[in-house]
Amino acid sequence: MANLTTHIAGLTLKNPVLTASGTFGYGTEFSDFIDLERLGGFIVKGTTLHPRQGNPYPRLAETPSGMINAVGLQNKGVAYYIEHIHPQLASLKTNVIVNLSGSCIEDYVEGARMLNEVETVPAIELNISCPNVKAGGMGFGTKPEMAFEVVKEVRNVYRKPLIVKLTPNVTSISEIAKAVEDAGADSVSLINTVLAMAVDAERQRPILSTITGGLSGAAVKPIALRCVWQVYHAVKIPIIGLGGIMNATDAIEFMLCGARVVEVGTANFIDPAITMKIIDGIDEYLDRHGCQNISEIVGALKV
Amino acid sequence: MKKYITDFMVVANEQLSDRLFVLRLTPVDGSRIATCHAGQFAELRVDDEPQVFLRRPISIHRVDYDANELWLLIQRAGHGTSKLSGLRARDLLNIIYPLGNGFTIDEQSQEMHYLLIGGGVGVAPLLETGYQLKLSGAQVSFLLGGRSCAEIAQVAQFCKVGNVYITTEDGSSIDGLDCQRGFVTQHSVLKEGRFDAIRVCGPLPMMKAVAHLVSSWEQNKRPHFCEVSLENKMACGLGVCLCCVEDTKDGHKCVCSDGPVFDIHDLKW
Repeated sequence: MANLTTHIAGLTLKNPVLTASGTFGYGTEFSDFIDLERLGGFIVKGTTLHPRQGNPYPRLAETPSGMINAVGLQNKGVAYYIEHIHPQLASLKTNVIVNLSGSCIEDYVEGARMLNEVETVPAIELNISCPNVKAGGMGFGTKPEMAFEVVKEVRNVYRKPLIVKLTPNVTSISEIAKAVEDAGADSVSLINTVLAMAVDAERQRPILSTITGGLSGAAVKPIALRCVWQVYHAVKIPIIGLGGIMNATDAIEFMLCGARVVEVGTANFIDPAITMKIIDGIDEYLDRHGCQNISEIVGALKV
Repeated sequence: MKKYITDFMVVANEQLSDRLFVLRLTPVDGSRIATCHAGQFAELRVDDEPQVFLRRPISIHRVDYDANELWLLIQRAGHGTSKLSGLRARDLLNIIYPLGNGFTIDEQSQEMHYLLIGGGVGVAPLLETGYQLKLSGAQVSFLLGGRSCAEIAQVAQFCKVGNVYITTEDGSSIDGLDCQRGFVTQHSVLKEGRFDAIRVCGPLPMMKAVAHLVSSWEQNKRPHFCEVSLENKMACGLGVCLCCVEDTKDGHKCVCSDGPVFDIHDLKW
């Protein structure tokens, strides 16, 4: 039994396994299958200052080893979350992190200010990388100066651990990560989904209502590993790795490339109990490799 | 209702036609099958098929608690269902169930006559629904439609539960049953005032046609008079991915967790 306790951005996690926003609802949907308190934490569905209906149906295309979604941040807004949803989660003995998105800087700042006041929200993950909203979203995460600006403004009002979620849909993810670090982020999480498209050849139409969407699942893992590896060499703040983690071995690969923590996303759809298997699998791997502490494998890739 | 992830073993795979088959399954570990409500569904894991990434949502066709068997009626349509159609006795299948909210069984059901309307593979949830309604004391009739009578699955099973009425587009018929040419909405049994509640599952145009037909009926003013089961494309089956939404009068609702069954009053049809 190695020590899996992980410290990141001022947070203490029982183990380095979180769940990714948008794949885990508000956690309670999984309580028939797993003990939520065994998780290092979970990140709730992407939340925006104002309620959003999201995009029209169809929002899903299955692709080889993955899926493309075009949900578009359907949610009831920060105030509703704070008043109605968070109180049900606040007593859980794990980190319930809020993913905050927006379509303008003012919305990000106001949402962050409201969440800063909620004592039982331990951290926020600032989503500057959603490919499925027309205004803002990924736009903030594709230009270093815009990423810097939004993170700096949020940093001014948000005094707890601030994680910033990055998009892979850029020429240099390292540049964005550096800008975010300079603006005061405590950690970066990467990658959000890969901008993608699916076509129905017989009907000669796009499958998604929005034509393009975000690819996730096993198919994106090689891209995500590359991004984590590049960012690990570009910034000093800790990295949360995600993108196509389907099992414990995948999680270990991210940690070897430099991720201190991982998020499990789309795999929750295929096996709602996968996070427990990943925690056990990491533990077993560390034992097998004679490691006493999880930190020993972070960035330990031999090159 | 509590949900389970369970490994099932195939007891039998009965091929009904070139596209339709019934999987009869029992839990590998011998545990009792969970209680399922009429109209709920299961998410089936399809392994070793590169084109298939997500689970396949399939209606619960029948739960035989005496034999401890779960029956799934499936239509071979793509890579996932093709793989499932090749399962043989003793093969294993990982299933998450029971999912979603099923058909309403009214409190006064023992005084009621239900008409269950199905088309194509959409007849699947109606068998268990018929059994549960009958158990509650209700009178049950089925109206089943297809292109031809050969395409209407499990007629003998439905006949064990209630009266069966048939429509076929090609006019083909089944001995001893009231078969009429046309669509289900054209069958003479479907008349205002004859049934106390209607439950529908089938192709979208069929469900919409039934909904439009009954929308002007006096009985339709009652809640749950007519319910339909939708099958929007979904990923998780648990109400977390928000992919399978239906645009209802109350905003986007997840077919997997708010449905799959909806009162037609709530839909924007």
